[in-house]
Amino acid sequence: MAETVESPLQHHFASAEQQYEASNLGMWAFLVTEIMFFGGLFAAFIVYVTFYAQGFAEGSKHLDLTLGSVNTLVLLASSLTMAMAVRSAQLGRRGLLLLFLGVTLALGLVFLGIKSVEYTHKFHQHLVPGPGFRFDSPVAQKVQLFFSFYFAMTGMHALHMVVGAGLLTWLMVGTLRGRFSSEYFTPVEVTGLYWHFVDIVWIFLFPTLYLVARHQ
Amino acid sequence: MTHHIVPVRIYLLVFAALILLTALTVLASFYDLGGGRLHYVNAVVALTIAVTKATLVVLFFMHLRYGSRQTWVFAGAGAFWLLILLTLTMADYLSRSWLPTTLWGG
Repeated sequence: MAETVESPLQHHFASAEQQYEASNLGMWAFLVTEIMFFGGLFAAFIVYVTFYAQGFAEGSKHLDLTLGSVNTLVLLASSLTMAMAVRSAQLGRRGLLLLFLGVTLALGLVFLGIKSVEYTHKFHQHLVPGPGFRFDSPVAQKVQLFFSFYFAMTGMHALHMVVGAGLLTWLMVGTLRGRFSSEYFTPVEVTGLYWHFVDIVWIFLFPTLYLVARHQ
Repeated sequence: MTHHIVPVRIYLLVFAALILLTALTVLASFYDLGGGRLHYVNAVVALTIAVTKATLVVLFFMHLRYGSRQTWVFAGAGAFWLLILLTLTMADYLSRSWLPTTLWGG
């Protein structure tokens, strides 16, 4: 009954290849639901930016372009190191896998750190929607709406980053325990898919929120 | 198992392209590309660059280029349904003012 060595192949799959394909496809299906989730936020934003162009432009100009750009580079770099982590797992290089997972996690935390600095600035500048919101403009209400979108969209994105950081930590523990080899690295691969997706969300968030009105 | 192992060179090239496109989109955002009249040109340029960047990530970092047909169907379905969501939503809101009504904009 009790197996001495836990096999990564679960009994309801015919082969390791089939198990891998099923896991991979399962993560893609989840990511499609995530596209629709963030897609709803983007659709709502597009509707309002169309009708309240001026207020949204004034709000967008109060975002810190330098911090936003640096964060974009940090996240793109973390995607590169995540891809390298998956590659290391494919080759069965455990030391490299641990290193790249660690660098990816560190870059993810840097992103969240910079994001928290931006949030702190917004609180100090009274740009957080609610009773404390202060903005001197005839379209101040629309500016407040812009910041509602800003905090909802970047907040949901940051929450996904926190989940991703947890998954990376879990992968690092698994690597240290020798769970992964060139024969079995599915958790690394599917976490990679998730991490890259969160990167893609930011690729769209950055121009949508930070760059929408720079030329005006 | 047979998995495509992507050369490091490809990953680095994709990363370099992503950095360049980021610089390009920031740079382009400072110029009024529509010449003061066509206000949507900047948005179209920014969106085109973002879609290009996302495509690079999906094809190479997420291995879709080397993926199975089912994976292509899933990824394609995601993009297609997103397009339905955005197109039909905007078709509604943008066409509302075409007909005179007391319910909208009055």
